[in-house]
Amino acid sequence: MSDFLYLYRGGDSMGTPEQMQQSMQKWGAWLQDLGAKGHIKDQGNPLEATGKVVKKKTAITDGPYAEAKDVIGGYTLVQAKDISEAAKLAAGCPIFDNGGFVEVRPIMQMSM
Amino acid sequence: MAEPGDHLFRREAGRMVAALTRLFGVHNLPLAEDVVQDAFCRALEVWKLRGVPENPSAWLMATAKHRALDILRRERTARTYAPELGRLLESEWTLGPVVAEAFGDSAIRDDQLRMMFSCCHPQLPEVAQVALMLNILCGFGVNEVAAAFLTGNAAMEKRIARGKRVLASSTRLFHLSDDRDVPQRLSAVHRALYLLFNEGYHGAHAELAVRGELCVEAMRLAELLLAHPVTATPATHALIALMYLNAARLPARVDAHGNLSSLYEQDRTRWDAELIAKGEQLLDHSATGTTITEFHIEAGIASLHARARALEDTDWSMIVTLYDTLMTICPSPVVALNRAIAVAQRDGAERGLAEIDAIAGAERLAAYPFYFAALGELEHRLGHKDAAREHFLTARARARNPMERNFFERRAHEVEC
Repeated sequence: MSDFLYLYRGGDSMGTPEQMQQSMQKWGAWLQDLGAKGHIKDQGNPLEATGKVVKKKTAITDGPYAEAKDVIGGYTLVQAKDISEAAKLAAGCPIFDNGGFVEVRPIMQMSM
Repeated sequence: MAEPGDHLFRREAGRMVAALTRLFGVHNLPLAEDVVQDAFCRALEVWKLRGVPENPSAWLMATAKHRALDILRRERTARTYAPELGRLLESEWTLGPVVAEAFGDSAIRDDQLRMMFSCCHPQLPEVAQVALMLNILCGFGVNEVAAAFLTGNAAMEKRIARGKRVLASSTRLFHLSDDRDVPQRLSAVHRALYLLFNEGYHGAHAELAVRGELCVEAMRLAELLLAHPVTATPATHALIALMYLNAARLPARVDAHGNLSSLYEQDRTRWDAELIAKGEQLLDHSATGTTITEFHIEAGIASLHARARALEDTDWSMIVTLYDTLMTICPSPVVALNRAIAVAQRDGAERGLAEIDAIAGAERLAAYPFYFAALGELEHRLGHKDAAREHFLTARARARNPMERNFFERRAHEVEC
């Protein structure tokens, strides 16, 4: 088993109250399913849409760094056999309903 | 992870918008709606990863409250807010307590009532009043209201926008304590809720879930009227009794195969005994005062049906008498048709047909499928197979949804055998 980080990028959460509730319930069901199959290492956190970008020798600017449509809205730490399984598990993410996407990044291992 | 209740977001939307509108003033309704949308966005972002909190309603309310405080502080000079709160919002000493009070449960209940009265503005047609209530107080999106009324999105968008402009023309929510036109406005509210309930109960919508939801919303809003001394009138009691007694039959309106089932063939054991009991109790309480409304009479009729264990036990004489009274209070061809059907049950099909023949303004029933279905049933009882079949086919051609169409189709086939 290896560790992977899901970065949730983009995707707006607009809609009628009922649609938003359904969207939330889908997320709950998806994460619960991943958890039940032992894939969740850390359910992660949502991130504020605003922040600062700090670079050497330049002023600190308002962030984030990415295009608005690609901003990271949150993350989850998952466990999977390999990157292809991690990617396959991400395919069920409800973020696609709202035009967002998931970036799957392997966590580097200490022992080689 | 806690599961939020069914339609929690929708319900809370109505509560939050009512509270925020009282603080911001009706002319700032769009601002109130933005705050609500923000609160939901935040809830969705956080809850989807961290799970639903123990008390999701309180979480949403707190989020909306903080945002409201923020806006009231920041835009204090740029906007005018609710004039009835005036100075109280200007000073930091009073702002906090006033906002906290506005988000209390009893304040929100009153604000929902006041919003309901505001929606039933005399300048708006009844359908628009109902659409506004569904949108503002029940949290239905414009597209969802359009779907409930089987109209296009664009038309509904226009209707709701126009309604909101009328709302915004008054700066404060309708006041229940000092407005002299409470009685008149209350009866407009009754009619709108009655329309909403009937849209769910008899409406042209094929999908049962949607219909049931409209009935539930109508009952929920009507129950708010019961909780306030000014609005808990005998007519309010009668209206809710009527809703409960009719809603009790909803589970039996569709049989095991998904087919529409008429009052005459329903499995009465599937009627909701608890709703019937609640309805009967409210009907008893409605029998005070001097005014008798159409809701009293209709609830009385529904109660006679509810009390009959079997179709043969129905007190048709009493039902005909009640329809006679209803014809004096609010005569209409549909009421006359229902009266004629009751007469047929009491005195036989021939008398019933004569009564149908005598309906004044029957041409207004030309598009009403159940007019032809009634003719079909009575001709069938007299053994006139062909005539009966013709009537059911006519009814089928006027059916408003697949469920009705199947029902008339089935009857047209059955009367031949």
